[in-house]
Amino acid sequence: MADTNEGTTRRDFIHVASATAGALGVACVAWPFIDQMNPAADTLALSSTEFDVSGVEEGMAVTIVWRGKPVFIRHRTKKEIQEASEVKLDDLPDPQVDSDRTTRPEMLVLLGVCTHLGCVPLGQSATDPKGEWGGWFCPCHGSHYDTSGRIRKGPAPTNLAVPPYKYISDSVIKIG
Amino acid sequence: MSEPKFNNSLVRWIDHRLPVFTFMHHEMHEYPTPKNLNYWWNFGSLAGIVLVIMIMSGIVLAMHYTAHVDHAFQSVERIMRDVNYGWLVRYIHANGASFFFIVVYIHIFRGLYYGSYKAPRELLWMLGVVILILMMATAFMGYVLPWGQMSFWGATVITNLFSAIPLVGESIVTLLWGGFSVDNPTLNRFYALHYLLPFVIVGVVVLHIVALHRFGSNNPLGIDVRGNQDTISFHPYYTVKDAFGLGVFLILLSAVVFFLPNSMGHPDNYIPANPMVTPAHIVPEWYFLPFYAILRAIPDKLFGVLAMFAAIGVLFILPWLDRSPVRSATFRPIYKVMFWVFLLDCVALTWLGAKPAEGIYVILSRLFTAYYFFHFLILLPALSIFETPRSLPKSIGRPVLDGGGGAMAAAPAATRERS
Repeated sequence: MADTNEGTTRRDFIHVASATAGALGVACVAWPFIDQMNPAADTLALSSTEFDVSGVEEGMAVTIVWRGKPVFIRHRTKKEIQEASEVKLDDLPDPQVDSDRTTRPEMLVLLGVCTHLGCVPLGQSATDPKGEWGGWFCPCHGSHYDTSGRIRKGPAPTNLAVPPYKYISDSVIKIG
Repeated sequence: MSEPKFNNSLVRWIDHRLPVFTFMHHEMHEYPTPKNLNYWWNFGSLAGIVLVIMIMSGIVLAMHYTAHVDHAFQSVERIMRDVNYGWLVRYIHANGASFFFIVVYIHIFRGLYYGSYKAPRELLWMLGVVILILMMATAFMGYVLPWGQMSFWGATVITNLFSAIPLVGESIVTLLWGGFSVDNPTLNRFYALHYLLPFVIVGVVVLHIVALHRFGSNNPLGIDVRGNQDTISFHPYYTVKDAFGLGVFLILLSAVVFFLPNSMGHPDNYIPANPMVTPAHIVPEWYFLPFYAILRAIPDKLFGVLAMFAAIGVLFILPWLDRSPVRSATFRPIYKVMFWVFLLDCVALTWLGAKPAEGIYVILSRLFTAYYFFHFLILLPALSIFETPRSLPKSIGRPVLDGGGGAMAAAPAATRERS
């Protein structure tokens, strides 16, 4: 065996080269076996939802399904908008101004999934408890959300998420 | 065997309490293996690796498959079209089954040629036959799951084999079906069993390897290992040789998976199952064809089924049919020829199994079926008595000295002696 100056041999080189080639090969084969668990093409094809918001009257809330999850659409009253926009940012665990959370102030669109551990908060129907700030209340672990869907009290770390959406006509929104 | 020394202190700590590393060292590293194994000995470890490939790809398919008559076919098409790399995993699994049988059949014929079933390896051989039967059951039920026309009618024909049993046959078939035809209950239980049986195979493979390591591998000369001079350690010599063989195998598997993925399947299985219409020409997968030919060769329902099962069953008693004390065909001048004749007989039966059951094909099927059983039941016992084997070499290390040894083994050794 021809020793090099560093004390490594050609055989060491062959060992390292073989192991590297083997590891690369295994990684290449492993990827399809991992990626197959990601959403399939037909699942991705269902990842956007369109909804006509013109039927949602002031003070009314509607829940629709997007990617298998509930999306809250609430037509807020003047009072609710005012409450949401007058809160001092210092009072918020996850500070965000109300105007950043809506495209049109009266039409609030939220992902109806509590940011704590994924339950669906109450507050969509008139008889539901809406929490201390008149927004939503998560019954699982007691998180209170305000009329902008921002976390105010309880274990949830962040505000209810705003899904990506845009108005594709005067009254139709496309979520996703 | 010496106690291995491990440099890593964590390994030492674990091994002292749970000697898995010592075990692996004994059985996969220093495990003494005859130094004259040829490439036909690659197919045992290769079969084990293919089993792992089949289980891994199968678990992936199970994540996306739906075992219901209304959804099974669609879910397989969804795997092909929508699931990320689903086409790749399914083609690996479907063609992997064919390659599994290719590897295992080569492994079996290697055992037949070199007499690997003879004492003291009878149980090792019989466990291998158990694995073959489990593989056949697993492959058959797996082929039913896509719920295409071939799936459905294959399931119907094969389960109906059991109706040949006198008196209770019909009741057994109803029991297998869970109804009065192959239907949703049948599909569900086949799926459950198709998932279960591969793990049963893993268990029997473990027993197969335990039995193998009791006396070690047979070898091309078929003579016992006499001492350390006849063996080399399994690692690195045979791990590297097996790895090289695996590389060649994976190239071939990839070539089929990527370029000829449907070459070993039947196009009719891309038609959804229809219980009202049987395809005009139904054939099993190629690896069942010899047995299918034997089934159709016998013009009686019960005896046809019995002959088919006997064709596999006879392998169980092979160690007691072939009483010749010489293992390797290298030193058995008549058996060596008859081995190739028998191999041709099996190839002919495979070909006939795919032909329609009419005219000359029926006559040929009967001839080759008769020869199949003649080989095992008459020829092998007779050869044990009448054949005069050539003289055996004294040891693996020195096959040529003292006049023994086959030409193949002798030539290089003689060259070495001279130089």
